[in-house]
Amino acid sequence: MSKNNWPLWEVFVRSKNGLEHRHFGSLHAADAEMALENARDVYTRRSEGVSIWVVESSNITASNPENNGELFEPAADKVYRHPTFYDLPDEVKHM
Amino acid sequence: MSENEVKNLEDIFEARIARDEKIEPKDWMPEKYRKTHIRQISQHAHSEIVGMLPEGNWISRAPSLRRKVALLAKVQDEAGHGLYLYSACETLGISRDELYEQLHTGKAKYSSIFNYPTVTWADMGAIGWLVDGAAIINQVPLCNTSYGPYARAMVRVCKEESFHQRQGFEIMLKLANGTPEQKEMAQDALNRWWWPSLMMLGPTDAESVHTAQSMKWKLKRKTNDELRQQFIDQTVPQADLLGLTVPDPDLKWNEKTGHYDFGEIDWDEFWQVVKGYGPSNKKRMKDRVGAWEEGAWVRDAAMAYADKKEKRKDLKHVG
Repeated sequence: MSKNNWPLWEVFVRSKNGLEHRHFGSLHAADAEMALENARDVYTRRSEGVSIWVVESSNITASNPENNGELFEPAADKVYRHPTFYDLPDEVKHM
Repeated sequence: MSENEVKNLEDIFEARIARDEKIEPKDWMPEKYRKTHIRQISQHAHSEIVGMLPEGNWISRAPSLRRKVALLAKVQDEAGHGLYLYSACETLGISRDELYEQLHTGKAKYSSIFNYPTVTWADMGAIGWLVDGAAIINQVPLCNTSYGPYARAMVRVCKEESFHQRQGFEIMLKLANGTPEQKEMAQDALNRWWWPSLMMLGPTDAESVHTAQSMKWKLKRKTNDELRQQFIDQTVPQADLLGLTVPDPDLKWNEKTGHYDFGEIDWDEFWQVVKGYGPSNKKRMKDRVGAWEEGAWVRDAAMAYADKKEKRKDLKHVG
């Protein structure tokens, strides 16, 4: 049994130029270089990407779903942030 | 948390799943949901990893370069599928080491089909055609399962799996249209893999203990018997196309039901293999544990090298 466990890394892949990097999954690797090499083998065997980011999972700070109410609900009653909130005469086209 | 509060949370949780909402790793979930998912996802991952072993034997014995690159790519996919699934499983709060430990000590199961030996090249064809065919039928509904990381892993797995079945069928087709000896070899492989493939879809509905709960959580969309019927209905015409005979004297098209009737499955054999008495259980575990133990020094060396590099970086900062 190994003394030290390889840490977990999150893998982000840009599938083609013009698109953002998207979370593809995770893997274990001893260091960043190995994480990149493994990500290439695990997640891009069929030309799924042109660029890979890896970040150690422990470096990610995530919001807690228990706080979803206070975090995201305030946006629900702010309809004035959407264009359909505003009444315009039909004659105004393309706005 | 009081019993009532838990009950309330469970009701909200079940309602979310019923509305087709996905559950994500940090969401609250009942302990039973977590445990059931760890069991199923890890079994699935273990099956991918152990499933490489019967095929690995034939990579160096493939009859042509075309067959060899295809088999290599297929086995590499299986390693990949195992990794997607282990990662999905780890999001439920179990470590990779614990998962391996469960496999290596026999606490966790893997698909019993991999406890049968691969004795001829035609077995590579039969496995791709039948075993991957049955796996696809099992897996496609899981792309919509309730646990987000599992569903996402399955989408990727299913996309890659169809080449596996096609390459297997192509091997069978070539052999079935070859010399009489080659055709005989293909028939022999079908004879040996047919029944285990039917068993692979799980015990009959009457015997299956997890079905009701799994249906509710969308870990299952159809029962084992429904999946088995679907597999038989789609595979028998393919066997006809190959000019091979399915080894079941009771197999008959039923005009009334619109399905094939088929013979009795030997469930004693199934349970024997599940319990560890199949023809290759011991060999598979010996090979798997051996690979893990013999690779320990590589894992340790890689970690030691990473630590050393990290320390050097820190020293440079100080300097």
